[in-house]
Amino acid sequence: MIKTKDFLSKNAMLVILVLVMLLFEALISTSGRGSLFSPENLTNLISQNGYVIILATGMLLCILTGGNIDLSVGSVVILVGAISGIFMVDMKMSPYLSIFLCLVIATLIGAWQAFWIAYVRIPPFVTTLAGMLVFRGLALVIMGSQGIGPFPDSYKALFNSFIPNGGEMIASVSIIIAVVICAVLITIQIVSRMQKMKKGYAVESFVSMVIKLVAVSGIILFVFSRFGQHRGIPVLLVLLGAIVLIYSYYTKNTVPGRYLYAMGGNEKAARLSGVNTKKMMFFAYTNMGFLAGVAALVGVARFNQASTTAGTGFELDAIGSCFIGGASAYGGVGTVGGAVIGAIFMGVLNMGMSILGADQNLQRVIKGLVLLAAVIFDVLSKNRKQAA
Amino acid sequence: MSEPLLRMKNITKVFPGAKALDNVNFSVIPGEIHALVGENGAGKSTLMNVLSGIYPYGTYEGEIIYSNEECRFSKIKDSEKKGIAIIHQELALVPYMTIGENMFLGNERGNAARVDWDETYSKADEYLKIVGLNESSQTLIKDIGVGKQQLVEIAKALAKNVRLLILDEPTASLNEEDSQNLLKLLLKFKSEGMTSILISHKLNEIEQVADSITVIRDGSTIETLVKGKDEISEARIIKGMVGREINDRYPARESHVGGVTFEVKNWTVYHPLYKGRKVCDKVSLNIRKGEVVGISGLMGAGRTELAMSIFGGSYGADISGELYLDGKSANLNNVRAAINNKIAYVTEDRKGDGLVLSNCIRVNTTLAKLSRTSHFDFIIDKDQEVSFAEEYRSRFGVKCAGIEQNVGNLSGGNQQKLLLAKWMFAEPDILILDEPTRGIDVGAKYEIYNIINELVAQEKSVLLISSDMPELLGMCDRIYIMNEGRIVGELAREEANQEVIMAKILQSSKGA
Repeated sequence: MIKTKDFLSKNAMLVILVLVMLLFEALISTSGRGSLFSPENLTNLISQNGYVIILATGMLLCILTGGNIDLSVGSVVILVGAISGIFMVDMKMSPYLSIFLCLVIATLIGAWQAFWIAYVRIPPFVTTLAGMLVFRGLALVIMGSQGIGPFPDSYKALFNSFIPNGGEMIASVSIIIAVVICAVLITIQIVSRMQKMKKGYAVESFVSMVIKLVAVSGIILFVFSRFGQHRGIPVLLVLLGAIVLIYSYYTKNTVPGRYLYAMGGNEKAARLSGVNTKKMMFFAYTNMGFLAGVAALVGVARFNQASTTAGTGFELDAIGSCFIGGASAYGGVGTVGGAVIGAIFMGVLNMGMSILGADQNLQRVIKGLVLLAAVIFDVLSKNRKQAA
Repeated sequence: MSEPLLRMKNITKVFPGAKALDNVNFSVIPGEIHALVGENGAGKSTLMNVLSGIYPYGTYEGEIIYSNEECRFSKIKDSEKKGIAIIHQELALVPYMTIGENMFLGNERGNAARVDWDETYSKADEYLKIVGLNESSQTLIKDIGVGKQQLVEIAKALAKNVRLLILDEPTASLNEEDSQNLLKLLLKFKSEGMTSILISHKLNEIEQVADSITVIRDGSTIETLVKGKDEISEARIIKGMVGREINDRYPARESHVGGVTFEVKNWTVYHPLYKGRKVCDKVSLNIRKGEVVGISGLMGAGRTELAMSIFGGSYGADISGELYLDGKSANLNNVRAAINNKIAYVTEDRKGDGLVLSNCIRVNTTLAKLSRTSHFDFIIDKDQEVSFAEEYRSRFGVKCAGIEQNVGNLSGGNQQKLLLAKWMFAEPDILILDEPTRGIDVGAKYEIYNIINELVAQEKSVLLISSDMPELLGMCDRIYIMNEGRIVGELAREEANQEVIMAKILQSSKGA
């Protein structure tokens, strides 16, 4: 019993996400509008929300440093998108060189802001508010009022294609890939468990490990088989998976990742423990610029255009995802996995309400209330813990 | 003798884990200046917080009788209404507001819809004249010095029609001239019929102005000395303040002191914000192998600042001086360098500066030296980390549900032990302990003393900063005495006692 309660409180957002998905599924299927889990909808969920997941990952690192946010990400996205348009459309540069240059520029933009924040101690809110104006303005200056496009097919194919790309075998290839992923996952779990037992460390109970593995494998097999029924596994999903895995590992298992949590939890204590807090802050914001660049490249490939309205409100989506996913508004608490769940949560809300034909403005109201509810939940649960 | 203005009867105040006040009785006669003295942590400030309603009625036991009626203050406003005003050691003025605005903060002239600025500033000017402060009431607080700010605080109290004025260490941050002016002002108020309570460490000042003196020690009133009736001299007051018996609260140890392993010479540190204010002034000290060296001094003597500036320059600006490790000149530019040179600093503020409360025991244990449990100083070996955390937790006797428990949920004593464990994990040769036993119970203290003894038995060295004099006398091989940023004395264990230390501090204060 205690274990179930523990699981629920630790994974509250995941449980709520599942419940909300089931609720939407019930509403959608009873009103005869298809299914939330239809192959097409699942594929769209990934392609429409890919950018949020990428940005939320970067934003999480900023928030971990002490509840600091980056308001400029939407503007960095539009600026890097515009630059990529100039490189690829106007200058006819090769996609690979363009991607490389765009990411370098995005990282430099991040470093520019990070310098002021980390070393001159300008509050992040102010620095990135300025960045929000500056970069969007710059983007519109170099882009003109029209936007830039269309992008070369070879570039779009990099992000918008599927595995396998067409052919008869889509369904079976998708399932084979899913099975391979599950097998790798299970092997890793079992090997690490055996190693722990060999060294005499405590391990979780065998039953709970099996339940977890079965649940995760089941979801992977289900989702991938759905992809198989549509067009295959989106390449974007591979990119997202890589980003989430790398940053998840970074925050959980590396020394600098640990420092991020420590400085967000208590900056003075971290400094007195030998953590170079300035360097960590610089890294978090520089990295945010880099990931905003990645999101921009994904975005222009999807829309086939560097648009003048791109990136509007992206910063709020990213920040919202982190908080819904359990990051603390004071820093030091939060996980990449949580931020991803937050991003999917927002995506499901958007998609579910759109399918149901809810009014656009009403959708905003509901998203806003969900965000507030998530943070209230966070604060209240902390208060209760302190009282105990 | 006239009827007392204030009588506090049998006041007992208990904090979780510690009894701060134990049956304290305290009376003040109208029109007198009553001094309240005692060591740091004796309970003076707690008593005044009870009186002013900061600790509301119900959180303490006992009675407060003020001008012949029993008072049950539930907030500061209640005591202010009765004319009791307290001026804290840390001034509570808003730097970017004018003197006038500060004076009537929370007590604004005019009505809720409109502040009457004309009345505010003309009244403020009147009060400024009374306290003898020659400034316009429109001057910003940040533009006047500490001495003048102190006067503004007093004027602020006057604006509330104060009848009983309580001053907590009013001259601690003032120079000699400002201090004298302030004392004269108190005497002037007295001649006009005001009653004051003065908390101070500066016994010469107390001798100068006080009509009676109440000594508090370990949360109990020891005695009240009345001018003209009892002998009032510094020696007499010191005896009252420190006259407790030392019993075997400190585990015995044989000391085996080796050669000098750590030394600073002419160490000077300036305040990081107030340019030109020296917090450490040409400090020279050394520590030998296997030795426990103490630093004694009052609050604000610069002990913590000295320790932190040594620890990778984590405090202060324009640090100068020489630092030697095992006879070799060393340059500890940042905390990382200090840790790598096997120095550890265990802060006095475990919650603020020491532990990450939102993280678990495991994470806190390894934070200062993750290189011990990581590959290439980058990838953390979590399994090894878990076993390290278990090892240190049990070695230091941290009582908890498990190493994944959040540190914020541990008791103070266990947090302190964990803080010590964290720094022992960093494997230091020189351990600087800053008030390691403050606010924890006797049992936990004893365990910490045992840990100190174990360390020096392994030829490591400890620099112990403490305001608890018996602790220093019980634990140290040698004691440095620090006051106002300078080392004013060095005593071997045999020659040290509380009277000598107190006298050295007070003698050096007088010269300021």
